[in-house]
Amino acid sequence: MKIRKNAYFITGGILSAILTVIIVTGLFWTPYSTTAMNAQEKLQPPSWKHILGTDNFGRDVFSRVMEGAGTSLIIALLVVVIGCVCGIVFGSLCGYFGGAADLILMRICDAITAFPAMLLALVIVSLTGGGAGNIVLALGILFIPSFTRVVRTEYASCRDLNYINAARLMGVSNPRILYAHILPNTLSVLIPTITIGFNNAILAEASLSFLGIGIQPPQASLGSMLKDSQNYLASAPWYALGAGGAIVLMILAVSLLSEGVQQGTCRI
Amino acid sequence: MKQIVKKLISLIITLLLVSLLAFLAFQIIPGDPTTKLLGTNATPEKAAELRSELGLDRPVLVRYLEWLGGFVRGEFGTSYTYRRDVGELLADKLPVTALLTVMSFILTVIISIPLGIWTGRTRSKAADHISVILDQILMAVPPFFFGMLACYFFGIVLKWFTPGAYVALSESVPGCLGYLVLPALSLALPRIAMTVRMLRSSIQTELTQDYVYTARSRGLSEWGVLRRHILRNAMIPVVTFLAVSAAEIMTGTIIIEQVFTIPGLGRLLISSIGNRDFPVVQAIVVILATWIIIVYYIADLLNHWMDPRLRTD
Repeated sequence: MKIRKNAYFITGGILSAILTVIIVTGLFWTPYSTTAMNAQEKLQPPSWKHILGTDNFGRDVFSRVMEGAGTSLIIALLVVVIGCVCGIVFGSLCGYFGGAADLILMRICDAITAFPAMLLALVIVSLTGGGAGNIVLALGILFIPSFTRVVRTEYASCRDLNYINAARLMGVSNPRILYAHILPNTLSVLIPTITIGFNNAILAEASLSFLGIGIQPPQASLGSMLKDSQNYLASAPWYALGAGGAIVLMILAVSLLSEGVQQGTCRI
Repeated sequence: MKQIVKKLISLIITLLLVSLLAFLAFQIIPGDPTTKLLGTNATPEKAAELRSELGLDRPVLVRYLEWLGGFVRGEFGTSYTYRRDVGELLADKLPVTALLTVMSFILTVIISIPLGIWTGRTRSKAADHISVILDQILMAVPPFFFGMLACYFFGIVLKWFTPGAYVALSESVPGCLGYLVLPALSLALPRIAMTVRMLRSSIQTELTQDYVYTARSRGLSEWGVLRRHILRNAMIPVVTFLAVSAAEIMTGTIIIEQVFTIPGLGRLLISSIGNRDFPVVQAIVVILATWIIIVYYIADLLNHWMDPRLRTD
């Protein structure tokens, strides 16, 4: 797949690269401790010492944003991997072989996708008790149907094409047809689905943590930081801007990249 | 007509399935409501007594049928924590959430449809880029963050309203509606961005179709072509998408109610989940699910009415 260069792709690429460097650095090192409290430096405005200011416990907002964004990124990646891998397996089998199993699985997918994932995630995560593991599991499972549907449609339309018939006549095994011959042809629809899924996962995790049922303190999370910052909106607006801005930039980076890929690929 | 009845039957089956799932989900999850209620002075005897008092010791199926029967009559059971009728608890919360959802949905429709039509017809590279960039930015801002920005800018800087000081509908109708405008807009913005983009690309695809040339060559005005031919086709995917939006907006209220401290279903849901107050949570989940299913049903009927190809008799 060749991508023609365009402004969206370049902007998204640069933004993603910068964010990735900051977030990956944050996994190993942050300018200040993310948990140590400092009563003297409560709610300080941005300065050279604390570029995004400090929060109500005197913790450096930038350091916490780094940690929170790292958590969000890992959760979103895991959710997308679970959803995408299971989606490819179910979707390919349903689309290629069809039959009763296909019919039943697709009805189940319809039923799950009919409900906003957020509502289901909210109920499941809150009842299982929150924490990163439960969020990944709940969102991952809820994301499977959307991937399954997209993959299934592509497989069903490729199933009877000549190159597949040719491969079959040559005696290529089913797994090889499914994953070496057809899978690359689904990329053009899979990539937008992956980026939308990634963004939805970031948003869902932030929303759950914002409601206080996602990531639990003291672990930093962009959503719970936003929730805490609500009480200091008048005295320390930079706190909210730091955490919220990070969410916006992460989503923007990925969706710009996706837009660039979509506008830059010419399907033959 | 036959199809409408058929769809109505499948609607009822879906509702029953959803209610069964909502009921069963709360039976298999870990966490006994009696331990939460009794707190530290729980003994096995006391727990058993409370379980029989709350009716938790009878078979699941019996309880489901009883619960469902009550639901149809409007009796949602008794809240574990408040020891009050759930229906009573919901009575003053539901209208608030419904009002917020409806306002947000109306905002989405009245802003996105004209904007989508207008941008769909202007064909220039600059307009394309502006709409893509706006779309990307609006979709990247989570509603709750937009809500907080609005609170800061309009509430704290401009002092147009006091964040957190919700005005009840019974106190003042314009006051309440005024307070709900910003939360409704926060929820609507990403949906508006998506709808405009969809309608735009939908109209642009239809504009290249042969029937548009035919209509024009018959001497129809541009507006006539748009209204009688293009929009009829272009609106079909948009109607389905708007139904999805209505469902998403309803879910979004749970979060936006926390930002603007609006006493609606969302706040009750979050506190009830914390207290393991299952009758309340079940009732809210089923009400939200019913709303979503009915919205999809209406969208389906609308599509049938607009698109004769879907009618098979």
